[in-house]
Amino acid sequence: MLFALAITALVLVPVVVTFSSFAQVDGDILAHLAEFVLPELVGNTLWLMLGVGIGVSVLGVSLAWLTAMCDFPGRRLFDWALLLPLALPAYVTAFVAIGLLDFTGPLQTWLREGWGITGLPEIRSRGGVILVMSLALYPYVYLIAKNAFATQGAIALEAAQSLGLSRTQGFFRVALPMARPWIAAGLMLALMETLADFGTMAIFNYDTFTTAIYKAWYSLFSLAAAAQLASILILFVLVAVVFEQRSRTRMRYGAVGRSAAQRRIRLSPALAGLAFLYAGTVLAIAFLIPVVQLALWARTILADDLDSRYWDFAWHSVLLAGIGTLMVVAVALLLAYAGRQRPGTAMTWTQRLATLGYAFPGAVLAVGLFIPVAALDNWLIDRGRSWFGFGGTEILKGTLLVMFLAYLVRFLAVGFGPIDSGLHRITRSIDEAARNLGSSTTALLTRVHLPILRASLLTAATLTFVDIMKEMPITLMTRPFGWDTLAVRVFEMTSEGEWERAALPSLAIVVAGIIPIILLTWRGTRPLD
Amino acid sequence: MAELILDSVSQSYAARQIIADLSFTLPEGTIGCLLGPSGCGKTTALRCISGFEPIQTGEIRIGGEVVSRHGWMLPAEKRRVGMVFQDYALFPHLSVADNVGFGLRGQPSTERLARIDELLALVGLAGHAGQFPHQLSGGQQQRVALARALAPRPRLILMDEPFSNLDVELRERLSLEVRDILKRETTTALIVTHDQHEAFALADWVGVMHEGRIQQWDTPYNLYHEPANRFVADFVGQGALLPGEVINDHQVEIELGVLDGHIPIECGARGCDECVRSCHVDVLLRPDDIVHDDDSLLLAEVENKAFRGAEFLYTLKLPSGQRALSLVPSHHDHAIGEKIGIKLAVDHVVAFRRE
Repeated sequence: MLFALAITALVLVPVVVTFSSFAQVDGDILAHLAEFVLPELVGNTLWLMLGVGIGVSVLGVSLAWLTAMCDFPGRRLFDWALLLPLALPAYVTAFVAIGLLDFTGPLQTWLREGWGITGLPEIRSRGGVILVMSLALYPYVYLIAKNAFATQGAIALEAAQSLGLSRTQGFFRVALPMARPWIAAGLMLALMETLADFGTMAIFNYDTFTTAIYKAWYSLFSLAAAAQLASILILFVLVAVVFEQRSRTRMRYGAVGRSAAQRRIRLSPALAGLAFLYAGTVLAIAFLIPVVQLALWARTILADDLDSRYWDFAWHSVLLAGIGTLMVVAVALLLAYAGRQRPGTAMTWTQRLATLGYAFPGAVLAVGLFIPVAALDNWLIDRGRSWFGFGGTEILKGTLLVMFLAYLVRFLAVGFGPIDSGLHRITRSIDEAARNLGSSTTALLTRVHLPILRASLLTAATLTFVDIMKEMPITLMTRPFGWDTLAVRVFEMTSEGEWERAALPSLAIVVAGIIPIILLTWRGTRPLD
Repeated sequence: MAELILDSVSQSYAARQIIADLSFTLPEGTIGCLLGPSGCGKTTALRCISGFEPIQTGEIRIGGEVVSRHGWMLPAEKRRVGMVFQDYALFPHLSVADNVGFGLRGQPSTERLARIDELLALVGLAGHAGQFPHQLSGGQQQRVALARALAPRPRLILMDEPFSNLDVELRERLSLEVRDILKRETTTALIVTHDQHEAFALADWVGVMHEGRIQQWDTPYNLYHEPANRFVADFVGQGALLPGEVINDHQVEIELGVLDGHIPIECGARGCDECVRSCHVDVLLRPDDIVHDDDSLLLAEVENKAFRGAEFLYTLKLPSGQRALSLVPSHHDHAIGEKIGIKLAVDHVVAFRRE
């Protein structure tokens, strides 16, 4: 219990720190922020949420309905392939889109020179950001809505039809409203990611809170301003969190009995063709074309860029992700066991709070954890000076501490989920059966718990590892000198418009990102999970 | 194999008495059963015996060795008590053979393998050694759980609602099978259930539990025919209680006539210390105590009927308005509302003092 509370405290630190930044108001900066920056940031953020919200809902729900309920050529392939865009961080889709569709990009050049067509809408625009984010994030809605339709869609439709509704009416009046909590939960996850996104916004030069925090941090050198911006961003996030948690509660109550063997809707050949075309287009734009383009770009610079520095970036990525994953998995394991030893409402809430960090944008965590660590650092240095005559400027600041703490807070939920559900499979009676058969506590852990949890631990570790590898703002803002990773490299190359050179590190991230999707697809078919 | 003795055991949890003054003796090699409605404390009793719950008073002895008393208990893993759990609690990551062999660690592998084979053959799963629990049906999982518990040759086997997750037909077949298996291993076993058919099919001794106490510890036959109190009479089997008046020490008069007990009415044993003539009692009539006879002058109205294949169970309304049950061969198909002739066929009288 104590341990669980400590983790919860760590998660709440950034919230408290950022809000308490209002205690020391820097008048000039705040005035500047309020007058010039805030209105634009809030406007940009709201438009973005609205646009991405509509985009991911339409894409996610329509694709989920097609693959879960209808039959058309390639359905089985699309069923999992439509998840692949998850492997592409939004910032990668973003720079590929700009590289391809910009005024100087191949498409516009070809249209202009070959056909004399000009005046295509500018990709570096609000619409462009929304399009890219929607394509990158629709899988959140797709995955969760697909499960909802697959478990209750057929029953709902049949019930509706038996009551005299047509299939279309049945979809809009029964199946869709029934799946609403699921869709809302997926939507909120997508919106949290939107709020947290830094890389895409930086590439599009679209000012939101995350980029503003970064600028305040680096250009204004104002921790206070960064913290104040972060606290406003947290308010947005908390709204999304409340909606998400409420949807989850409704999902529990709304769950209908397991659907019997699914009978899919047979589409007419014309409709089936359209469905294929639609799913294929989304998949092509959101995944295939970007990956092919990355590969083509990477090939052009392979000879120059695949040098020892590249391997350094890769090594840093793997090392940081590896250590971060170990921390996350260890803490998640302890937290899950704490819940098993002391079940109860208090523990459930502690666990919920402790795993809330997934909602906090990396930029917020970087600021919220840097400030207290810096304060601790100063205190330590003062003590060091007065007690030992020790001189220095930083002890903890220059280390990886802030970064790992931020990783821990942000990705604890990723590791906790699979481990906790794995642990729930080990019922109390399994423990008692082992003890009845003569097992000591050690034997119980090594012969029963560990083997049963192995798959869950592996899943947790893989998901966390890949998430840390993709992570950009925390790494960018808190890395000590010389700790550049693949994601940092992508940021640096894209901020100079060097798409080709950003492609190589991106490809590595994408390849790593495909692994958890394979895991995710397997999990549905394996009984042990 | 060993004798199990509970000697005035009680256990409470958060000021609530779960079991109170529980005493019984289960002789070596016999099968006992704790029968009772949910919440009667039977599962807690089982957990005390298996070593997962401490007891506050009394003693639990297995084969003469004290395993639990106030303030002390032998750890579950050292008791050599096997347990079959309600949800079977099979290890999902181990094959059937490895599940069965789990408790045999430390034995030479040839012996271990031989024992696994022996048990799988005993429970009829010889061909399933390499399968995993999730590939088996519920009944098969149940038998694996039993084989796993039996494998280390425990002194005692405990089973918690062993058939509650199975469908009714399978339940009956398996309970006979399990009895057979336990008898062949000559194991002492204690089973907890709320289903009297299961208890009767399996057990040599049955203890009916209510509110943490054993109401009667007896053979199934005696529980049915000589229930010790109203609770047991009501919980075990079907029947009706009809008001009656005592005539003498072996006769009692009820609405349907005078009952002659083959055994005298022992009012003392039924809670009627000062029973004398014209004392008022309730007489227990089982459905087989009232038989249908077309020639009888005693008539009763059919109020309800349930077809059971070989027979009908009629709910009869007697002239006084009292209700009684009667089992009638199914070729006597009477309509609801019809009046049919009945007569008494009572072997012995069970009566409780009127309260």
